[in-house]
This record gives sequence, structure tokens and C-alpha cells, in this order.
Amino acid sequence: MAKREYSYYPGCSSQKGASSSNLMKSVDTMCEELDIQLNEIPDWNCCSASIGYASGSELPRLTLSARNIALSEEHNKNQEIVATCAACWLATKEAAERLKEDESMFAEANQALAEAGLKLQNNTPIKHMAEVIIEDIGLEQIRAGVKKPLEGIKIAGYVGCQTNRPFGIAGESFENPMYLDNLVGSLGADACTTYEKKVQCCGGALAFSEPEKSQEMIKGIIEAAYDNEADMIATPCPLCQANVEIYQDQINERFGTKFNIPVVYYSQLISVAYGRSASDAALDGQLIAAKKLEDIASK
Amino acid sequence: MSETNKAMIEQYRNSFLSEVEANVEEGEWVKMCMQCGVCSGSCPLGKHWAHPPQEIFMMIRAGKRDEVLTSDSMWMCTSCYNCVVRCPRQLPITHIMHGLATYAKKLGLAPKNQPTARFAEIFWNNMMKKGRVNELKLGLSLYFKDGFGAGIKESLRNKDLGMKMMKAKRMAASEFFGGHGVKDIGGVQKMIQKAQEIEDARMKKFD
Ligand code: SF4
Ligand code: SF4
Ligand code: SF4
Ligand code: SF4
Repeated sequence: MAKREYSYYPGCSSQKGASSSNLMKSVDTMCEELDIQLNEIPDWNCCSASIGYASGSELPRLTLSARNIALSEEHNKNQEIVATCAACWLATKEAAERLKEDESMFAEANQALAEAGLKLQNNTPIKHMAEVIIEDIGLEQIRAGVKKPLEGIKIAGYVGCQTNRPFGIAGESFENPMYLDNLVGSLGADACTTYEKKVQCCGGALAFSEPEKSQEMIKGIIEAAYDNEADMIATPCPLCQANVEIYQDQINERFGTKFNIPVVYYSQLISVAYGRSASDAALDGQLIAAKKLEDIASK
Repeated sequence: MSETNKAMIEQYRNSFLSEVEANVEEGEWVKMCMQCGVCSGSCPLGKHWAHPPQEIFMMIRAGKRDEVLTSDSMWMCTSCYNCVVRCPRQLPITHIMHGLATYAKKLGLAPKNQPTARFAEIFWNNMMKKGRVNELKLGLSLYFKDGFGAGIKESLRNKDLGMKMMKAKRMAASEFFGGHGVKDIGGVQKMIQKAQEIEDARMKKFD
């Protein structure tokens, strides 16, 4: 496979000391297998996600993302920016688009950036890692590299909101995107194509501030996976993963359910299907062990 | 249009709408709403919104300034973008909701002790200290391996969620933020201060 290089905006899930992060570790493994080189944007800052708005208003927020793009344009010249976190991707891409549409805002952002000695050109494409897999590499190629098909695993593909809206993957529908199911299928697993909660919101950051209301939604997301006879849920989004996995005990307590379903990343699926170990795929990072994946990894 | 005509129209215009157009993020879109209600049916936490987005837009046009700005509703926005991809008029509804919430907070009209407002403030303030949020510890997958996870679980075990949960979170948050940061944090802070100054300078005064 031809080597691909991207400018990488890791976001907060990649910071050192986070070696236990199953997203980051499995993305690294996946990128080794797919011959992708990620060049971290030097000294990147947080984009403030979708929650910063309440304290940091429009221009400050746009400027935060503008700084990352400007740093990328200066240090990782001519490389597309790739993010693995849905919120990072959305905030960065949204800022780029907004500053393209609005010239005076663009000028203001550059005025603020000058305080940090930076200048934004704003001509860098901002991609989600899922776009790299689906569009740049393509599922044909992905399928061709599978060493251990994920046979006998039924997977509910949970795309969530922000990987899917408002930008999503070109050519996919917002209400019923198929790429995650197709990816699952090309790895040899069995996709629950009628998983009706695939784009249901989990509450996002409100899972922290409005736990009761959010957990009611998360309950529906998990219940539907069981109804579709899924063995596990797979997602591209770090916050989805956390929200759907960690509150299962709480939800069980609150609603008298007996949930105990693993929630994994697409990058973990690819890592295992490409023959890597459970630890390379960061399966030891699950709160609820993904036994069926572990079994295939150790075969 | 001549200047006199413009002035005449302005005069008949409801001033809260003008205020929103001038001071709220993407506020100039509000008048484009055709009241179809699609957005209101799209909010995941919709049943908790006293006034769903469509109604908020109607209230803005009707000049219900206090009711809108003191409302808890837009604080229930999960940023899911359902509304944005569905609105037949392509209003950036998510941003208008965020913008209204931010504006209300700026004016001191946001409901007291609104949990999402408080969480957002903790998030922002901590981020501004180091330029990064240790979101791994704040909310992402594997922070459970260290103490923070235990902290959250402890607070979750507490049946009385809500504000208690918020308190626990704030403690946990301030305790575990940090460690990693932007090297040029001075530059980031100056940059944000400048951005804030520029934005404040273009705010129009209403009241
Ligand atoms: S969106 Fe989240 S993960 Fe991304 S930089 Fe901001 S806080 Fe970090
Ligand atoms: S599903 Fe949840 S975590 Fe994922 S993007 Fe939507 S709100 Fe955020
Ligand atoms: S969907 Fe759009 S046009 Fe319809 S009520 Fe909502 S904002 Fe207005
Ligand atoms: S983004 Fe906010 S306003 Fe729009 S549907 Fe979601 S919760 Fe409702």
C-alpha cells in the first residue's frame, strides 16, 4: 500500500500518559498496518469542543481552531489535517468553513492570531480518519489486507452524531449512513444493518451535566443493539464510546436492565482483523471486555 | 433601498429581533425560519425543552426578550446537528442555540445553577489555563484506569445526581486537569484575549 502522510490533530485523547487510550493505541496500530504516517501538529491546542461555547463565544472559539490550522500550514506544509475525535474534526472544519465564508471574521481571526505570531492561510482540507479509511484508501483495499476475518461477530455500528452531522462522509445519508456497516462487513464481521439507533445522540457533553436525561437516551442505544442481537457495538467517536460503555452499570441500577455489552472502535476492529494482538488493538482498555474480538486476536 | 426607507423599516422592526441579529452568533438567520417545526421534532432532549427551537424563533420575532434569554431550553442543546441537516431553510440552528445561551450568560440572564452552563465554564476555564483539556481524564474512554474514573463512579453511585454530581465533577475536574499543555500558552492567552476584545467591540447595546 502506498504510504500516506497527514498532518495530525490528535486532540485530547492522544496526550502522553494516555497510553491506555484504546482509541489512540489502536489508531497507531491501524496506521502501521495501513501505511499511514501521522505528523502531529506541533504545539496544538484544544478546540474547546461543542461545549466551550457557553464561556468562549464565537470569535475566541474560531481562533482556537484557526491556531491549529495555522500551525499545521506552517509546519506540516501541504498536508491535509486529520482528526480522530469527532468533536475536534467538527470544530476545526467548521472554523475553516466559517472563516472562508466570512471575510471580516477571517481578518479578525488573523488579527488575534498575530498575538501568537501566527497567520492563517486557510486552504487546508480538514478530514476525519473515517474519511481516510473510506475515501482515501477505500473498502476494497481494506478488505484485501484482512488476515483474520472477524467471523461470527455481530456488530451494531454506532455512528453517533458528530461524525455524521453536519458534514459526514461524502455520498452518505445523514439519517442512515452505511459506511460503518460496510466497513464491518469488509472485515468479515456481521453488520446489524437494521440497527435503528445508529445515529441517535447519546447526549454528548450533557452526559456529564444532565446524566439522568442522557442516560435515558443511552439506554435506548444499547437496548436497540441487543434487539438486533449484536455481540458488541462499534463506533468511530471517543465520546460515544465512553458514554455508551461506562454508564451501563448506572443504567442497570436506574432502569433495572442487565446491560453488559462491549463498545469498541473501528480502529480496534481493523487492528484485530489485520492480525494484530489484543494489546496492540488496545482491547485491554475496555471496561467491558470484548471477548469475541480477544478470541480472534489470540487465535 | 434609500437610507430613509431603511430607517423606516428598522423603526417597525421588533427590537429584540434586531438585537439577536446584531449580537447573537448567526442571529441574522432567525428571520429565515418558516415555522415548519422540523427542528423541534429533532432535539434528542426535546421533551425537556420548555420552548423548542421553532418556538424560540417565534418568540424572538414576538419580542419576548426575557422569556427567551432566561430560558433553560437552549441549554439542553446537545450539539447533535439533527436540526441543521434537516431544516428546509438551512438555518444554523445549533449555533443560534449556542449563541443565545452565550449571549444570555453574558448579560447575566441565564438561569442560575444551570448544570450545563456550569460544566461548560469549568471546561473553558481549565482549557484556558494550559491550552488543552485533559479530556482523557475529563470524559474520554480510558481515564477509568486512574483515579478520576473512580471519582466519577463514586459520584455516580450517589443516587442523588444532578447538582451533587456537578459538584463532584467540578472537584474531580479541577483536580485532574493539567499535566499536558501548550508550550506557547502565553501566546494562546493573548490571542484569545484579543479575539474577545474584537468581538466585544462589535457588540451593540440594547436594553
Ligand atoms: S474536542 Fe475534545 S478531544 Fe478534541 S481537542 Fe477539544 S477537548 Fe480535546
Ligand atoms: S453520539 Fe454522542 S458523543 Fe457521539 S457525537 Fe453525538 S453527542 Fe457526541
Ligand atoms: S426546521 Fe428550520 S424552518 Fe423549520 S421551524 Fe426549524 S428553524 Fe424554522
Ligand atoms: S443541535 Fe441542538 S437544537 Fe439542534 S436538534 Fe440537536 S439538540 Fe436540538
